[in-house]
Amino acid sequence: MTFDWKWDFVWEIAPRLAAATLNTLLAAGSGYAIALLLGLALALGQRTRWPALTFVLRETLEFVRSTPLVLQIFFIFYVGPQVGITLSPWVAGMMAIGLHYSAYLSEVYRAGIESVPKGQWEACRALNMTTRDTYARIVLPQAVPQAIPGMGNYLVGIFKDTPMLSVIGVTELMQTANAIGSETYRFLEPYTLVGVIFLALSLPTAGLVRLLERVLRRKLGM
Amino acid sequence: MWDFLQTYGGRIAEGTAVTGAQFGLATAVALLAALAAGLGRLSDHWPVRAAATTYVEIFRGTSLLVQLYWIFYVLPLFGISLPKFTAGFLSVGLNVGAYGAEIVRGSILSVPRGQWEAAYALSMSPLKRMRRIILPQAFVLMLPPWGNLLIELLKGTALVALIGVADLMFVAKQINGSTFLSAEAFGTALVIYYLLARVLITPAMRRLERSMARRLGRA
Repeated sequence: MTFDWKWDFVWEIAPRLAAATLNTLLAAGSGYAIALLLGLALALGQRTRWPALTFVLRETLEFVRSTPLVLQIFFIFYVGPQVGITLSPWVAGMMAIGLHYSAYLSEVYRAGIESVPKGQWEACRALNMTTRDTYARIVLPQAVPQAIPGMGNYLVGIFKDTPMLSVIGVTELMQTANAIGSETYRFLEPYTLVGVIFLALSLPTAGLVRLLERVLRRKLGM
Repeated sequence: MWDFLQTYGGRIAEGTAVTGAQFGLATAVALLAALAAGLGRLSDHWPVRAAATTYVEIFRGTSLLVQLYWIFYVLPLFGISLPKFTAGFLSVGLNVGAYGAEIVRGSILSVPRGQWEAAYALSMSPLKRMRRIILPQAFVLMLPPWGNLLIELLKGTALVALIGVADLMFVAKQINGSTFLSAEAFGTALVIYYLLARVLITPAMRRLERSMARRLGRA
């Protein structure tokens, strides 16, 4: 086979790839939502009065960060049923991505929380605020804007890692391109289009994150 | 667990060796690509800058898996057929190199201005200035972020299993497929990746950081 780009074929597969793009975005969005919430819980969990809990969480997150996501996806998908939890590819994939990125996001939150000046904490104590109020009303509203650029970068990161879900059969972009390739024996157009779609979506998002970072810097007077 | 390791330990060790080879070769590719693109982005000539920027944006803007499949399945249509082993470390290396290029660029720019001016005042040629004055100092600055990037690179090598390179990930998948010992197979692989990252890569980078800092008289 030689290089011959066929536009007819491109238009023929475009609707399938468009549908798959929606699935990819859905996967990235829901994985991100899980990672944002779990990451916050894990960051706060490291700030309790129990040093043992902090230690266990920190080591676990280190483990999650240092091992390949694709292996974690396999682990959750195949080991789940053996301990009695049968997961659909979608659920297993979202759990793996959510867990993997929560380990990164917890660090982003941690840095944000640590950037809140000590005086703010002392003022809360002086005002007799509960721990809950201190976090919910004083610390997090100041910590989260600090963390937004980091959070944005990981959104792009999650988006680019969704092709790994194809290994357990989630019908996102990569899986659809594989399917088209094996049905038609044409790999040039599907794989190239997948690359173009990723570029077209991730470059503007990365640009937006940079813009947001600049705007926030100015607003927060940094 | 003990039986499992006795039965499959050999194959897992072979897979780990392939992962190690992929890691080493991909690191070499990544370093070269990062240095070339990082310097290219600082070039005075716009075609060089444009080429370097295009490389960085394309490889950072798409997924490693997409790049891997493209290099392995589509490049042959252009007459460039690579064996899967080569396609594997080349893709991983080029992908990580694009991230590394930004580190190279950033650390070159953060070498203090006085150093550039002093080299200029001594009428060093641009090449000599870069090689003798700027790069050695930039190198120290870029080591800590490279430590993190190498962990990402190690994780990236797991994807080469998907084009059939018989690395650790591939062996774990195969054992799972034939025995359904999923927890043992994938669990062992996870632990080995963790140990490679935490017992080999991170301490090695720390040692390199210390010895480089000492050589520049900053320890």
